[in-house]
Amino acid sequence: MRTNDSIIQTKQVNFFYGTFKALIDVTMDFEKNKVTALIGPSGCGKSTLLRLLNRMNDLIDGTRVEGEVIFEGTNIYDTGIDPVDIRRRIGMVFQKPNPFPKTIFDNITYGPKLNGVRSKDAQETLVQQSLEQASLWEEVKDILNRSAMTLSGGQQQRLCIARALAMRPDVLLMDEPTSALDPISTAKIEELIAELKRNYTIIIVTHNMQQAARVSDYTGFFYLGKLIEFNPTEKLFTKPDEKQTEEYITGRFG
Amino acid sequence: MAEKAHTSSVYDRALQSIKENLLFAGALAEQAIQRAMTCLLERDSDLGRNVIDSDMQIDRLDEEIERKCLDVIALRQPVAKDLRFITTAIKINAHLERIGDMAANIAEKAIALNEEPQLKPYIDLPRMSDTAQQMIKKSLDALVREDCDLAEEVIKADEIVDSLNDQIFRELLTFMMEDPRTIHRALLIMQIAKNLERISDHATSIAVMIIYLVTGRNVRHRDKMEKTK
Repeated sequence: MRTNDSIIQTKQVNFFYGTFKALIDVTMDFEKNKVTALIGPSGCGKSTLLRLLNRMNDLIDGTRVEGEVIFEGTNIYDTGIDPVDIRRRIGMVFQKPNPFPKTIFDNITYGPKLNGVRSKDAQETLVQQSLEQASLWEEVKDILNRSAMTLSGGQQQRLCIARALAMRPDVLLMDEPTSALDPISTAKIEELIAELKRNYTIIIVTHNMQQAARVSDYTGFFYLGKLIEFNPTEKLFTKPDEKQTEEYITGRFG
Repeated sequence: MAEKAHTSSVYDRALQSIKENLLFAGALAEQAIQRAMTCLLERDSDLGRNVIDSDMQIDRLDEEIERKCLDVIALRQPVAKDLRFITTAIKINAHLERIGDMAANIAEKAIALNEEPQLKPYIDLPRMSDTAQQMIKKSLDALVREDCDLAEEVIKADEIVDSLNDQIFRELLTFMMEDPRTIHRALLIMQIAKNLERISDHATSIAVMIIYLVTGRNVRHRDKMEKTK
Protein backbone atom coordinates (compact mmCIF):
# COMPACT_ATOMS: atom_id res chain seq x y z
CA MET A 1 0.00 0.00 0.00
CA ARG A 2 2.58 2.57 1.11
CA THR A 3 6.26 1.77 1.13
CA ASN A 4 7.79 5.18 1.79
CA ASP A 5 9.32 5.47 5.21
CA SER A 6 7.44 2.72 6.97
CA ILE A 7 8.55 1.83 10.48
CA ILE A 8 6.47 -1.26 11.22
CA GLN A 9 5.01 -3.71 8.75
CA THR A 10 2.82 -6.66 9.51
CA LYS A 11 2.92 -9.42 6.93
CA GLN A 12 0.05 -11.89 6.73
CA VAL A 13 -0.36 -11.96 10.47
CA ASN A 14 -2.72 -14.46 12.02
CA PHE A 15 -3.28 -14.51 15.75
CA PHE A 16 -4.85 -17.18 17.92
CA TYR A 17 -6.25 -17.15 21.43
CA GLY A 18 -6.17 -20.94 21.90
CA THR A 19 -8.12 -22.18 18.89
CA PHE A 20 -9.89 -18.87 18.31
CA LYS A 21 -8.46 -16.97 15.38
CA ALA A 22 -8.59 -13.32 16.41
CA LEU A 23 -6.66 -11.85 13.47
CA ILE A 24 -6.82 -13.13 9.93
CA ASP A 25 -4.14 -12.39 7.38
CA VAL A 26 -3.43 -8.82 8.44
CA THR A 27 -0.89 -7.02 6.26
CA MET A 28 -0.29 -3.40 7.17
CA ASP A 29 2.36 -0.79 6.78
CA PHE A 30 2.72 1.87 9.49
CA GLU A 31 4.35 5.06 8.30
CA LYS A 32 7.02 6.80 10.33
CA ASN A 33 6.08 10.04 12.12
CA LYS A 34 2.43 9.58 11.28
CA VAL A 35 -0.59 8.79 13.40
CA THR A 36 -2.42 5.64 12.40
CA ALA A 37 -5.80 4.92 13.97
CA LEU A 38 -7.32 1.46 14.24
CA ILE A 39 -11.10 1.40 14.45
CA GLY A 40 -13.81 -1.24 14.46
CA PRO A 41 -16.50 -2.74 16.70
CA SER A 42 -15.63 -4.56 19.94
CA GLY A 43 -13.97 -7.88 19.27
CA CYS A 44 -12.78 -6.95 15.78
CA GLY A 45 -9.12 -7.53 16.68
CA LYS A 46 -7.84 -3.97 16.72
CA SER A 47 -6.49 -4.10 20.30
CA THR A 48 -5.09 -7.57 19.67
CA LEU A 49 -3.15 -6.16 16.73
CA LEU A 50 -1.94 -3.20 18.79
CA ARG A 51 -0.66 -5.46 21.58
CA LEU A 52 0.93 -7.74 19.04
CA LEU A 53 3.10 -4.90 17.77
CA ASN A 54 5.21 -4.86 20.95
CA ARG A 55 4.71 -8.48 21.96
CA MET A 56 2.35 -7.68 24.82
CA ASN A 57 0.29 -10.70 23.85
CA ASP A 58 3.25 -12.90 24.84
CA LEU A 59 2.06 -12.31 28.39
CA ILE A 60 -1.22 -14.13 27.71
CA ASP A 61 -1.14 -17.92 27.91
CA GLY A 62 -2.24 -19.99 24.96
CA THR A 63 -1.71 -17.34 22.31
CA ARG A 64 0.06 -17.90 19.04
CA VAL A 65 1.24 -15.66 16.22
CA GLU A 66 1.72 -16.55 12.56
CA GLY A 67 3.28 -14.24 10.01
CA GLU A 68 5.78 -11.49 10.55
CA VAL A 69 5.94 -8.14 12.29
CA ILE A 70 8.85 -6.25 10.81
CA PHE A 71 10.21 -3.42 12.92
CA GLU A 72 13.10 -1.60 11.29
CA GLY A 73 14.03 -4.57 9.17
CA THR A 74 13.75 -7.30 11.81
CA ASN A 75 10.91 -9.66 12.56
CA ILE A 76 10.19 -9.00 16.24
CA TYR A 77 8.92 -12.57 16.61
CA ASP A 78 12.25 -14.08 15.51
CA THR A 79 13.89 -16.28 18.12
CA GLY A 80 16.58 -14.43 19.96
CA ILE A 81 14.71 -11.15 19.98
CA ASP A 82 14.25 -9.82 23.52
CA PRO A 83 10.63 -8.76 24.00
CA VAL A 84 11.69 -6.37 26.76
CA ASP A 85 13.93 -4.55 24.32
CA ILE A 86 11.07 -4.38 21.82
CA ARG A 87 8.75 -2.93 24.46
CA ARG A 88 11.34 -0.33 25.35
CA ARG A 89 11.44 0.87 21.74
CA ILE A 90 7.73 0.48 21.16
CA GLY A 91 6.01 2.00 24.17
CA MET A 92 2.42 1.69 25.23
CA VAL A 93 -0.23 3.82 26.90
CA PHE A 94 -3.36 2.11 28.17
CA GLN A 95 -7.03 2.92 28.42
CA LYS A 96 -7.03 3.69 32.13
CA PRO A 97 -4.24 5.84 33.52
CA ASN A 98 -2.06 3.47 35.55
CA PRO A 99 0.62 5.48 37.31
CA PHE A 100 2.76 3.65 39.87
CA PRO A 101 1.82 4.51 43.48
CA LYS A 102 5.03 6.54 43.75
CA THR A 103 6.01 10.16 43.32
CA ILE A 104 5.65 11.87 39.97
CA PHE A 105 9.44 11.97 39.71
CA ASP A 106 9.83 8.27 40.42
CA ASN A 107 7.13 7.36 37.92
CA ILE A 108 9.22 8.87 35.14
CA THR A 109 12.59 7.54 36.30
CA TYR A 110 11.45 4.03 37.18
CA GLY A 111 12.15 2.51 33.76
CA PRO A 112 15.28 4.52 32.94
CA LYS A 113 16.81 3.57 36.33
CA LEU A 114 16.35 -0.11 35.50
CA ASN A 115 18.11 0.66 32.24
CA GLY A 116 21.09 2.19 34.01
CA VAL A 117 20.32 5.90 34.21
CA ARG A 118 21.86 6.46 37.63
CA SER A 119 23.02 10.07 37.84
CA LYS A 120 20.65 12.47 39.53
CA ASP A 121 21.37 15.13 36.90
CA ALA A 122 20.53 12.81 34.03
CA GLN A 123 17.35 11.78 35.82
CA GLU A 124 16.27 15.36 36.41
CA THR A 125 16.84 16.27 32.79
CA LEU A 126 14.90 13.24 31.68
CA VAL A 127 12.00 14.04 34.00
CA GLN A 128 11.74 17.61 32.76
CA GLN A 129 12.06 16.65 29.09
CA SER A 130 9.53 13.85 29.30
CA LEU A 131 7.02 15.95 31.22
CA GLU A 132 7.47 18.83 28.80
CA GLN A 133 6.89 16.54 25.84
CA ALA A 134 3.75 15.26 27.51
CA SER A 135 2.60 18.87 28.15
CA LEU A 136 2.50 18.26 31.90
CA TRP A 137 5.64 20.03 33.10
CA GLU A 138 4.04 23.41 33.83
CA GLU A 139 1.34 21.79 35.94
CA VAL A 140 3.58 19.57 38.07
CA LYS A 141 7.06 21.11 38.13
CA ASP A 142 6.62 22.27 41.74
CA ILE A 143 5.12 19.04 43.04
CA LEU A 144 7.42 16.41 41.57
CA ASN A 145 7.71 14.68 44.93
CA ARG A 146 4.00 14.37 45.45
CA SER A 147 2.34 11.01 44.83
CA ALA A 148 1.18 10.52 41.24
CA MET A 149 -2.11 9.27 42.66
CA THR A 150 -3.02 12.83 43.69
CA LEU A 151 -3.16 13.98 40.05
CA SER A 152 -6.41 14.22 38.10
CA GLY A 153 -7.29 11.47 35.60
CA GLY A 154 -6.21 13.59 32.65
CA GLN A 155 -2.93 14.51 34.34
CA GLN A 156 -2.33 10.86 35.26
CA GLN A 157 -2.78 9.86 31.63
CA ARG A 158 -0.30 12.49 30.49
CA LEU A 159 2.06 11.26 33.21
CA CYS A 160 1.76 7.75 31.75
CA ILE A 161 2.60 9.18 28.33
CA ALA A 162 5.61 11.00 29.86
CA ARG A 163 6.64 7.73 31.51
CA ALA A 164 6.49 5.97 28.16
CA LEU A 165 8.45 8.79 26.49
CA ALA A 166 11.18 8.63 29.15
CA MET A 167 12.22 5.30 27.63
CA ARG A 168 12.95 7.15 24.36
CA PRO A 169 10.79 4.86 22.25
CA ASP A 170 10.41 5.10 18.48
CA VAL A 171 6.79 4.13 18.44
CA LEU A 172 3.98 4.85 20.87
CA LEU A 173 1.00 2.51 20.98
CA MET A 174 -2.14 3.95 22.53
CA ASP A 175 -5.08 1.77 23.49
CA GLU A 176 -8.15 3.98 23.96
CA PRO A 177 -6.05 6.62 25.71
CA THR A 178 -8.91 9.04 26.36
CA SER A 179 -11.93 6.82 26.93
CA ALA A 180 -11.73 7.39 30.69
CA LEU A 181 -11.17 11.15 30.41
CA ASP A 182 -13.38 14.23 30.29
CA PRO A 183 -13.58 16.33 27.08
CA ILE A 184 -10.96 18.89 28.15
CA SER A 185 -8.41 16.25 29.11
CA THR A 186 -9.27 14.42 25.89
CA ALA A 187 -8.60 17.57 23.87
CA LYS A 188 -5.25 17.98 25.65
CA ILE A 189 -4.22 14.42 24.83
CA GLU A 190 -5.30 14.88 21.21
CA GLU A 191 -3.29 18.10 21.02
CA LEU A 192 -0.38 16.19 22.49
CA ILE A 193 -0.67 13.45 19.86
CA ALA A 194 -0.36 16.08 17.13
CA GLU A 195 2.79 17.43 18.87
CA LEU A 196 4.35 14.03 19.44
CA LYS A 197 4.15 12.80 15.90
CA ARG A 198 7.05 15.07 14.98
CA ASN A 199 9.34 12.79 16.95
CA TYR A 200 7.38 9.57 17.30
CA THR A 201 5.22 7.24 15.30
CA ILE A 202 1.84 6.80 16.94
CA ILE A 203 -0.63 3.97 16.55
CA ILE A 204 -3.90 4.49 18.36
CA VAL A 205 -6.90 2.27 18.97
CA THR A 206 -10.08 4.20 19.57
CA HIS A 207 -13.79 3.59 19.75
CA ASN A 208 -14.40 7.25 19.18
CA MET A 209 -14.54 7.62 15.42
CA GLN A 210 -14.52 11.38 15.59
CA GLN A 211 -11.29 11.08 17.51
CA ALA A 212 -9.78 8.84 14.83
CA ALA A 213 -10.87 11.41 12.26
CA ARG A 214 -9.39 14.27 14.27
CA VAL A 215 -5.99 12.90 15.21
CA SER A 216 -4.91 10.38 12.59
CA ASP A 217 -3.27 10.52 9.18
CA TYR A 218 -4.26 6.96 8.29
CA THR A 219 -7.13 4.82 9.49
CA GLY A 220 -7.54 1.07 9.40
CA PHE A 221 -11.00 -0.44 9.81
CA PHE A 222 -11.19 -3.95 11.28
CA TYR A 223 -14.11 -6.33 11.33
CA LEU A 224 -14.18 -9.92 12.55
CA GLY A 225 -10.41 -10.11 12.69
CA LYS A 226 -9.82 -8.81 9.20
CA LEU A 227 -8.43 -5.51 8.00
CA ILE A 228 -11.31 -4.36 5.82
CA GLU A 229 -9.92 -1.05 4.69
CA PHE A 230 -6.75 0.95 5.23
CA ASN A 231 -6.70 4.44 3.75
CA PRO A 232 -5.75 8.05 4.41
CA THR A 233 -8.11 9.25 7.12
CA GLU A 234 -9.85 11.94 5.10
CA LYS A 235 -10.49 9.46 2.30
CA LEU A 236 -11.90 6.86 4.68
CA PHE A 237 -14.26 9.36 6.28
CA THR A 238 -15.53 11.01 3.09
CA LYS A 239 -15.57 8.24 0.48
CA PRO A 240 -14.55 4.88 1.90
CA ASP A 241 -13.73 2.18 -0.65
CA GLU A 242 -15.57 -0.58 1.21
CA LYS A 243 -19.28 -0.85 1.88
CA GLN A 244 -18.62 -2.34 5.33
CA THR A 245 -16.53 0.66 6.31
CA GLU A 246 -19.27 2.96 5.11
CA GLU A 247 -21.87 1.12 7.17
CA TYR A 248 -19.74 1.11 10.28
CA ILE A 249 -18.67 4.74 10.30
CA THR A 250 -22.13 6.05 9.43
CA GLY A 251 -23.69 3.93 12.17
CA ARG A 252 -25.55 1.42 10.00
CA PHE A 253 -24.29 -1.69 11.66
CA GLY A 254 -25.50 -4.98 13.02
CA MET B 1 -31.83 5.84 1.06
CA ALA B 2 -31.53 2.39 -0.35
CA GLU B 3 -28.93 1.21 2.13
CA LYS B 4 -29.26 -0.26 5.58
CA ALA B 5 -30.98 1.80 8.24
CA HIS B 6 -28.97 3.64 10.87
CA THR B 7 -28.86 2.09 14.29
CA SER B 8 -30.39 5.42 15.31
CA SER B 9 -33.78 5.67 13.61
CA VAL B 10 -34.02 9.34 14.62
CA TYR B 11 -30.99 10.01 12.44
CA ASP B 12 -32.59 8.15 9.53
CA ARG B 13 -35.77 10.18 9.87
CA ALA B 14 -33.83 13.45 9.93
CA LEU B 15 -32.06 12.59 6.65
CA GLN B 16 -35.26 11.32 5.09
CA SER B 17 -37.15 14.48 5.97
CA ILE B 18 -34.42 16.64 4.40
CA LYS B 19 -34.74 14.62 1.22
CA GLU B 20 -38.52 14.95 1.19
CA ASN B 21 -38.27 18.71 1.75
CA LEU B 22 -35.84 18.99 -1.16
CA LEU B 23 -38.18 17.10 -3.48
CA PHE B 24 -41.04 19.32 -2.42
CA ALA B 25 -38.99 22.48 -2.99
CA GLY B 26 -38.02 21.09 -6.40
CA ALA B 27 -41.66 20.44 -7.31
CA LEU B 28 -42.58 23.98 -6.25
CA ALA B 29 -39.74 25.46 -8.30
CA GLU B 30 -40.76 23.45 -11.36
CA GLN B 31 -44.37 24.53 -10.96
CA ALA B 32 -43.32 28.16 -10.58
CA ILE B 33 -41.49 28.07 -13.92
CA GLN B 34 -44.47 26.36 -15.55
CA ARG B 35 -46.85 29.04 -14.27
CA ALA B 36 -44.54 31.94 -15.09
CA MET B 37 -44.34 30.67 -18.67
CA THR B 38 -48.11 30.18 -18.88
CA CYS B 39 -48.47 33.76 -17.67
CA LEU B 40 -46.43 34.79 -20.70
CA LEU B 41 -47.82 32.42 -23.32
CA GLU B 42 -51.48 32.82 -22.35
CA ARG B 43 -51.11 36.45 -21.29
CA ASP B 44 -52.49 35.61 -17.86
CA SER B 45 -51.01 38.25 -15.53
CA ASP B 46 -52.96 37.04 -12.47
CA LEU B 47 -51.13 33.75 -12.68
CA GLY B 48 -47.85 35.70 -12.84
CA ARG B 49 -48.68 37.61 -9.66
CA ASN B 50 -49.50 34.30 -8.04
CA VAL B 51 -45.99 33.01 -8.92
CA ILE B 52 -44.38 36.09 -7.35
CA ASP B 53 -46.43 35.69 -4.16
CA SER B 54 -45.81 31.99 -3.75
CA ASP B 55 -42.04 32.35 -4.06
CA MET B 56 -42.20 32.98 -0.30
CA GLN B 57 -43.14 29.35 0.16
CA ILE B 58 -39.91 28.20 -1.50
CA ASP B 59 -37.96 30.72 0.60
CA ARG B 60 -39.43 29.38 3.82
CA LEU B 61 -38.63 25.83 2.74
CA ASP B 62 -35.08 26.97 1.96
CA GLU B 63 -34.65 28.17 5.53
CA GLU B 64 -36.15 25.00 6.95
CA ILE B 65 -33.94 22.69 4.88
CA GLU B 66 -30.83 24.64 5.78
CA ARG B 67 -31.68 24.53 9.47
CA LYS B 68 -32.25 20.77 9.33
CA CYS B 69 -28.92 20.24 7.55
CA LEU B 70 -27.06 22.32 10.13
CA ASP B 71 -28.78 20.38 12.91
CA VAL B 72 -27.54 17.09 11.47
CA ILE B 73 -24.00 18.44 11.20
CA ALA B 74 -24.05 19.79 14.75
CA LEU B 75 -25.73 16.82 16.37
CA ARG B 76 -24.58 13.83 14.33
CA GLN B 77 -21.20 14.73 12.87
CA PRO B 78 -22.07 12.93 9.63
CA VAL B 79 -19.34 11.08 7.75
CA ALA B 80 -18.92 9.30 4.41
CA LYS B 81 -22.17 9.01 2.45
CA ASP B 82 -24.13 10.89 5.11
CA LEU B 83 -21.64 13.75 4.95
CA ARG B 84 -21.81 13.83 1.17
CA PHE B 85 -25.59 13.81 1.35
CA ILE B 86 -25.74 16.77 3.75
CA THR B 87 -23.24 18.77 1.68
CA THR B 88 -25.22 17.96 -1.44
CA ALA B 89 -28.52 18.85 0.23
CA ILE B 90 -27.24 22.27 1.33
CA LYS B 91 -26.11 23.06 -2.20
CA ILE B 92 -29.18 21.67 -3.98
CA ASN B 93 -31.33 23.67 -1.59
CA ALA B 94 -29.54 26.91 -2.50
CA HIS B 95 -29.94 26.13 -6.21
CA LEU B 96 -33.66 25.44 -5.87
CA GLU B 97 -34.17 28.66 -3.96
CA ARG B 98 -32.44 30.60 -6.76
CA ILE B 99 -34.56 28.82 -9.35
CA GLY B 100 -37.65 29.98 -7.44
CA ASP B 101 -36.38 33.56 -7.54
CA MET B 102 -35.78 33.30 -11.26
CA ALA B 103 -39.26 31.95 -11.90
CA ALA B 104 -40.62 34.98 -10.03
CA ASN B 105 -38.38 37.17 -12.17
CA ILE B 106 -39.74 35.58 -15.35
CA ALA B 107 -43.26 36.22 -14.06
CA GLU B 108 -42.44 39.91 -13.51
CA LYS B 109 -41.13 40.32 -17.04
CA ALA B 110 -44.10 38.38 -18.44
CA ILE B 111 -46.54 40.70 -16.65
CA ALA B 112 -44.74 43.71 -18.16
CA LEU B 113 -44.86 42.11 -21.61
CA ASN B 114 -48.58 41.42 -21.23
CA GLU B 115 -49.15 45.18 -21.01
CA GLU B 116 -48.09 45.57 -24.64
CA PRO B 117 -48.98 43.85 -27.90
CA GLN B 118 -47.12 40.61 -28.47
CA LEU B 119 -43.87 41.20 -30.37
CA LYS B 120 -43.66 37.82 -32.05
CA PRO B 121 -44.90 34.26 -31.66
CA TYR B 122 -42.99 32.43 -28.94
CA ILE B 123 -41.41 29.26 -30.33
CA ASP B 124 -37.95 28.77 -28.88
CA LEU B 125 -38.85 30.16 -25.46
CA PRO B 126 -41.32 27.36 -24.57
CA ARG B 127 -38.78 24.83 -25.82
CA MET B 128 -36.18 26.34 -23.55
CA SER B 129 -38.52 26.31 -20.61
CA ASP B 130 -39.64 22.71 -21.23
CA THR B 131 -36.04 21.57 -21.37
CA ALA B 132 -35.12 23.49 -18.21
CA GLN B 133 -38.08 22.03 -16.32
CA GLN B 134 -37.21 18.56 -17.52
CA MET B 135 -33.67 19.11 -16.27
CA ILE B 136 -34.88 20.02 -12.79
CA LYS B 137 -37.22 17.04 -12.72
CA LYS B 138 -34.54 14.64 -13.92
CA SER B 139 -31.93 15.98 -11.52
CA LEU B 140 -34.28 15.36 -8.60
CA ASP B 141 -35.14 11.90 -9.94
CA ALA B 142 -31.41 11.30 -10.08
CA LEU B 143 -31.25 12.28 -6.40
CA VAL B 144 -34.00 9.83 -5.45
CA ARG B 145 -32.57 6.97 -7.50
CA GLU B 146 -28.92 7.96 -6.98
CA ASP B 147 -28.58 7.63 -10.72
CA CYS B 148 -25.41 9.08 -12.27
CA ASP B 149 -26.49 8.32 -15.85
CA LEU B 150 -29.58 10.44 -15.40
CA ALA B 151 -27.46 13.21 -13.87
CA GLU B 152 -25.18 13.07 -16.92
CA GLU B 153 -28.24 13.50 -19.18
CA VAL B 154 -29.08 16.69 -17.31
CA ILE B 155 -25.55 18.02 -17.73
CA LYS B 156 -25.75 17.29 -21.44
CA ALA B 157 -29.13 19.02 -21.86
CA ASP B 158 -27.59 22.29 -20.68
CA GLU B 159 -26.08 22.69 -24.15
CA ILE B 160 -29.53 22.65 -25.76
CA VAL B 161 -30.73 25.45 -23.52
CA ASP B 162 -27.57 27.45 -24.11
CA SER B 163 -27.89 27.25 -27.88
CA LEU B 164 -31.61 28.16 -27.73
CA ASN B 165 -30.64 31.19 -25.69
CA ASP B 166 -28.09 32.24 -28.33
CA GLN B 167 -30.69 31.70 -31.03
CA ILE B 168 -33.25 33.90 -29.25
CA PHE B 169 -30.63 36.58 -28.67
CA ARG B 170 -29.72 36.74 -32.38
CA GLU B 171 -33.33 36.82 -33.46
CA LEU B 172 -34.27 39.63 -31.08
CA LEU B 173 -31.24 41.61 -32.18
CA THR B 174 -32.64 41.74 -35.72
CA PHE B 175 -36.00 42.96 -34.38
CA MET B 176 -34.33 45.74 -32.43
CA MET B 177 -32.19 46.85 -35.36
CA GLU B 178 -35.15 47.03 -37.68
CA ASP B 179 -37.43 48.93 -35.34
CA PRO B 180 -36.25 50.65 -32.16
CA ARG B 181 -39.81 50.65 -30.80
CA THR B 182 -39.42 46.90 -30.17
CA ILE B 183 -36.38 47.37 -27.92
CA HIS B 184 -38.29 47.44 -24.63
CA ARG B 185 -40.18 44.23 -25.35
CA ALA B 186 -37.17 42.52 -26.91
CA LEU B 187 -35.09 43.23 -23.84
CA LEU B 188 -37.80 41.81 -21.58
CA ILE B 189 -37.91 38.64 -23.67
CA MET B 190 -34.13 38.41 -23.57
CA GLN B 191 -34.22 38.64 -19.80
CA ILE B 192 -36.73 35.81 -19.66
CA ALA B 193 -34.48 33.72 -21.90
CA LYS B 194 -31.49 34.61 -19.74
CA ASN B 195 -33.39 33.49 -16.62
CA LEU B 196 -34.25 30.18 -18.26
CA GLU B 197 -30.64 29.74 -19.25
CA ARG B 198 -29.57 30.38 -15.63
CA ILE B 199 -32.21 27.96 -14.37
CA SER B 200 -30.76 25.24 -16.54
CA ASP B 201 -27.30 26.08 -15.15
CA HIS B 202 -28.65 25.55 -11.64
CA ALA B 203 -30.19 22.23 -12.67
CA THR B 204 -26.80 21.26 -14.09
CA SER B 205 -25.12 22.13 -10.80
CA ILE B 206 -27.65 19.96 -8.98
CA ALA B 207 -26.81 17.07 -11.32
CA VAL B 208 -23.10 17.57 -10.66
CA MET B 209 -23.77 17.33 -6.93
CA ILE B 210 -25.67 14.05 -7.43
CA ILE B 211 -22.59 12.59 -9.11
CA TYR B 212 -20.55 13.73 -6.11
CA LEU B 213 -23.09 12.20 -3.73
CA VAL B 214 -22.96 8.83 -5.44
CA THR B 215 -19.30 8.57 -6.44
CA GLY B 216 -17.42 11.07 -4.26
CA ARG B 217 -16.01 12.56 -7.49
CA ASN B 218 -16.28 16.28 -8.14
CA VAL B 219 -17.00 16.91 -11.83
CA ARG B 220 -17.95 20.55 -11.37
CA HIS B 221 -15.11 21.96 -13.43
CA ARG B 222 -14.66 18.94 -15.68
CA ASP B 223 -15.29 20.82 -18.96
CA LYS B 224 -12.90 23.65 -18.16
CA MET B 225 -10.20 21.21 -17.08
CA GLU B 226 -10.58 19.17 -20.26
CA LYS B 227 -10.32 22.28 -22.41
CA THR B 228 -7.10 23.40 -20.78
CA LYS B 229 -5.48 19.97 -21.27
